[in-house]
Amino acid sequence: MSKVIRIYNSSDIQSRTLDRITVTVRKVFGIPVSISNVSLNLQDIYDSGREQYNSTALLAKILHTFDTKNNKSIVIVDEDLFIPVLTFVFGEAQLDGSAAVVSTHRLKNQYYGLQTNDQLMHERLEKEIVHELGHTFGLYHCRDYECVMKSSTYVEEIDLKMALPCKACRQFIVDYRNKHKSA
Amino acid sequence: MKTNNVSILVVDDEKVVRESLAKWFREDGYQVESAENAAEALKKMQTKKWDIMLLDIKMPGMDGMELHQRIRDLDSTATVIFITAHATVDSAVKALKNGAYDYVTKPVDPDYLSHLISNAVKQRELLNENVRLKEQVTELEKSTDILGKSPQMQRIYKLIESVAQTDTTVMIRGESGTGKELIARAIHNNSERRYFPLVTLNCGGMPEGVLESELFGHERGAFTGAHYRRKGKLELADGGTLFLDEIGNIDKKTQMDLLRVIETKQFSRVGGNEIIKVDFRIISATNRDLEEGVKEGMFREDLYYRLNVFSIEVPPLRERTGDIQLLADHFLRKYSESMAKPFEGFSNDAIEKIKSYHWPGNVRELENAVERAIVVGTPPTIKATDMPFSLKESSNHAAPAGSLEAMEQCHIEKVLAEQNWNISRSAETLKIDRATLYNKIQKYGLKKPT
Repeated sequence: MSKVIRIYNSSDIQSRTLDRITVTVRKVFGIPVSISNVSLNLQDIYDSGREQYNSTALLAKILHTFDTKNNKSIVIVDEDLFIPVLTFVFGEAQLDGSAAVVSTHRLKNQYYGLQTNDQLMHERLEKEIVHELGHTFGLYHCRDYECVMKSSTYVEEIDLKMALPCKACRQFIVDYRNKHKSA
Repeated sequence: MKTNNVSILVVDDEKVVRESLAKWFREDGYQVESAENAAEALKKMQTKKWDIMLLDIKMPGMDGMELHQRIRDLDSTATVIFITAHATVDSAVKALKNGAYDYVTKPVDPDYLSHLISNAVKQRELLNENVRLKEQVTELEKSTDILGKSPQMQRIYKLIESVAQTDTTVMIRGESGTGKELIARAIHNNSERRYFPLVTLNCGGMPEGVLESELFGHERGAFTGAHYRRKGKLELADGGTLFLDEIGNIDKKTQMDLLRVIETKQFSRVGGNEIIKVDFRIISATNRDLEEGVKEGMFREDLYYRLNVFSIEVPPLRERTGDIQLLADHFLRKYSESMAKPFEGFSNDAIEKIKSYHWPGNVRELENAVERAIVVGTPPTIKATDMPFSLKESSNHAAPAGSLEAMEQCHIEKVLAEQNWNISRSAETLKIDRATLYNKIQKYGLKKPT
């Protein structure tokens, strides 16, 4: 059973914002959460043709760099992420695994030519962190449009959903924890 | 939409693409597997049915286009989506022409991909539902109103079954009210054309111009009052069956036009020049002696032979008396239910009366008689007195089949009885003058009952 969720911050997000997000993460997953500021060199996963960073390669880097054994680790970056077949991703996670990544790049209003709104960006980040961590707990995408596990393929979809899982997804997390506790 | 019932196979030679797509779909709950080349994909098709297949075009060995052809041979229902980094207009056109659902270029926008797959799944659900509904409709249509256990009807069922599977032109012959249209419908419903329309056109009593317009349609301004373009029955029947009832009544010009359409399967709307190609089967029906019409020059011989490739003769009800009670019971149930009058059956004398009647109007007359009896009768039993009056009168005057004189005598007797032998009223009803009626009474030796 995962003993702790580790949030590695390699972005410009301030600690007090992360502290608030930590409260939500702990509430949703029911296990302790720790935060560390890290500095990651992402040059080796940069695709100059696309001017983006390969998120799958970043996941591999996380697994290699951090102690993910018995933990769920998520890294926050400011860089624009992609997986080869898609134009971009907000984040990526190992399904029922231990590593996840989330990018703030496309969560910012500025990216869409809109006025800066830090509050909104933080809410989006909170939802994306919970969403990607949800995948590491084995959760699939949910059809409930308010559930945090609803798939979001554009930023306004993130705004529509809540930061919390629906009843069914909540129960799934409880079952997952119980199953892994006994294991 | 339940995604966990949907299977997706990703075929791409790039491992990173296979893995990222598989992961992306798995998070949505789809059952996903991948294959690194066409051979592996075909192998996977041997063991499992794949709903959606995402194919790369450029792969070593067999490419995506060729694989698509092989997939179509193995499972024509699989939804194929091409996903390629080397998009060209030619390959996109070729893919879509060959029946691919869509063609996208890598990298694809996640929102687009998500909607693409979701729409493909919805389309598959609709197609599956459509097939299920068609099957249900087919089942429902099997239980049509053709009833009869008599040997004559058994023979007709066999004829319907054998001719329905072919595309042969059929002519149904029989007296009025014998159910020729029901037989045409049964042929259509059992044929390959059953999912296309059965369009009926009653050619009887239709003026030349009107019939022409009904058959071929017309362009706006083709004639006075043609304010809009209108499709004709031939166009409406495209893919299906055109049922021409009372074919013996069509005029010479329309006979010629119809013959040309049957031969060329193309025509123009009235007042138009556009050639319209149609694919239809013709079933015609007549209660006339068409051979006599041909001899007299009233019906084109070439059209007659075109229409009369396969003939079904429907016997009059009086020649299959064994079916009368079966039909009467069926109509009793039908109208009891629709009128919410709980009739359980016929009294013995009512049955006797029904069985002994000649039924010149055949099944249609029987149906009308039962319907009327249900209107006037009181549940739970239809009594002899509930049956129509004319039925009682006519039962004693069964006219020999095919004899016009006998039919005329029968009808005059009926009208006289209805009018209580009042000559003026009877002549008015018969639309003849009094002198002619007197002559007919004398000719047939009719006498007023004492």
